[in-house]
Amino acid sequence: MTALPQYNFAYLDEQTKRMIRRAILKAIAIPGYQVPFSSREMPMPYGWGTGGVQVTASIIGPDDVLKVIDQGADDTTNAVSIRAFFAKVAQVQTTTHTAEASIIQTRHRIPEKPLTEGQVLVYQVPIPEPLRFLEPRETETRKMHALEEYGLMHVKLYEDIARHGRIATTYAYPVKVEGRYVMDPSPTPKFDNPKMHMSPALQLFGAGREHRIYAVPPYTEVVSLDFEDHPFEIQHFAEPCALCGATEVYLDEVILDDRGGHMFVCSDTDNCEERRQAGHVGSLGTGREAAE
Amino acid sequence: MYVAVKGGEAAISNAHALLADRRRGDRNVPALRLDQIVEQLGLAVDRAMGEGSLYDKELAALALLQARGDLIEAIFLVRAYRTTLPRFGYSRPVDTGAMLIERRISATFKDLPGGQMLGPTFDYTHRLLDPNIVGDEVPQPVIRAAEPERAPRVTDMLGQQGLMEPDGDTDPEGEVGDLTREPLDFPLDRDLRLQALARGDEGFLLALGYSTQRGYGRSHPFVGEIRIGEVEVEFDVPELGFAVSLGRIRVTECQMVNQFKGSAKVPPQFTRGYGLVFGQAERKAMAMSLVDRALRARELGEDIVAPAQDEEFVISHSDNVQATGFVEHLKLPHYVDFQAELDLIRRMRAEHEAKEALE
Repeated sequence: MTALPQYNFAYLDEQTKRMIRRAILKAIAIPGYQVPFSSREMPMPYGWGTGGVQVTASIIGPDDVLKVIDQGADDTTNAVSIRAFFAKVAQVQTTTHTAEASIIQTRHRIPEKPLTEGQVLVYQVPIPEPLRFLEPRETETRKMHALEEYGLMHVKLYEDIARHGRIATTYAYPVKVEGRYVMDPSPTPKFDNPKMHMSPALQLFGAGREHRIYAVPPYTEVVSLDFEDHPFEIQHFAEPCALCGATEVYLDEVILDDRGGHMFVCSDTDNCEERRQAGHVGSLGTGREAAE
Repeated sequence: MYVAVKGGEAAISNAHALLADRRRGDRNVPALRLDQIVEQLGLAVDRAMGEGSLYDKELAALALLQARGDLIEAIFLVRAYRTTLPRFGYSRPVDTGAMLIERRISATFKDLPGGQMLGPTFDYTHRLLDPNIVGDEVPQPVIRAAEPERAPRVTDMLGQQGLMEPDGDTDPEGEVGDLTREPLDFPLDRDLRLQALARGDEGFLLALGYSTQRGYGRSHPFVGEIRIGEVEVEFDVPELGFAVSLGRIRVTECQMVNQFKGSAKVPPQFTRGYGLVFGQAERKAMAMSLVDRALRARELGEDIVAPAQDEEFVISHSDNVQATGFVEHLKLPHYVDFQAELDLIRRMRAEHEAKEALE
């Protein structure tokens, strides 16, 4: 039987990390540009965050504190699995608190608490190409980016307005980075798009299956595409979080029974818990939970 | 009262404990040993090695056992292990002409130097379920002593007469691409394309190859030759200045011979479709050679009209580890995005109702 090797710190070998770091540096130098990199098979499936995991594995050091969220929550199964992976292969400290983390790996959300300088937000990206569903061919979309030929995207948004009276894209809403590249913000709800703009944190995007890395450096302009008469707007929820009473945050709908009963709760579980600990109570929250 | 679901960690570990239990099954039934899998489920082992891109029967058997017989899961396990291995370098091209042949057939010539050998094939078996094989002792087959006669490749023999295109214009001393080390950049050269096909999903390539036979990018194929056997893998050691043998591996090679009417520059001649796969994997090698030939449409100046000829389409979707990951990721939570869609649909329905009420 072939002897199983000892895995390197953070799983990837140093050669691979160096290759990925080079791709990251290039991505930072050209904000919003998709840099091809030689993605590795990871011990979790493609499509389950392998791009984000490879980026995190390449930048993480023993002193880092890692937070992993999926759908805004720290305790969704895949977030638990990825956090456990790094706790095992890199023995790093992990946290659920946004403010304590030096690296936050995320799928589909940006934390509600504003990020600060020195923090890195690593996005898991399924389809990095914002033009993919308008033009499936890589050879074509590459040309369109090179020529800054984004008319097709505007036509798509315009058709939305003509058909539905509004832009019907609710997540993975395309943005323009530093006035040059149109970029897919990953499938975050458009609610989170404004948080990317001029963020003090470094934002890295990893797409493992599609072999692409891209980045938004700190304090970079990120503008959601729109029209003068149909300006970009984010989702607004009619009611506050039922547990912590927060408004102006993204909410998940939870079905309570089969008669249409439902409640809205914070998608960002850490933010919700911190608020409840600070004494905020929503319509269905109880004071007791704050003590838990 | 809703309390945010905690306990993902406990749920995962319990699920994995249950998985281990189900994998083992009834404890009164003896556990499978790896050598049993290697010896008695050899073609499954071969497929896990081939699409896993790692020639190691015991590891492939372990992967099959761990995957409860799920081939794509086993392939994934092998790949995820393979990617952690250091690269010492690249072997010299294997010489399939010097193969120790166990099976060799040609559909284009009735007889040829080296002869035809059926070898261990399902061909011409009657597919009748045979309960007698369970626990049965099989008598030793009669094995004819190997003939010293060399079996040159059919395509080489055709090539000598100028009827077959040469074996590609790849510089034998040139660097070969490595799709595990460089991101794919379309359009691809044939070396990378063949690498991708060699690890591509057998079912996917089978369906595409089949589609070319049914008229979607027809290529008029003949099986020039299929050969299965062991080839020597040699490795150049710079310190020594010569190649050393690393051992022998079993491979299946298929050379498809296809019509080509010629072009302004090239006289009419036969063209090649090539398949080479670890182990005994005839269906895969044949499908691979059909698809390889179809994908040479651009190079040969043929019209690209069918899915099997579309390189970006074929190669982007041929890897089952990538495909299964992305298809199965749909079961991960998507409730944040779904919420956004729910909100939009409700808003649009409210507007629709308001408009109807006005009319």
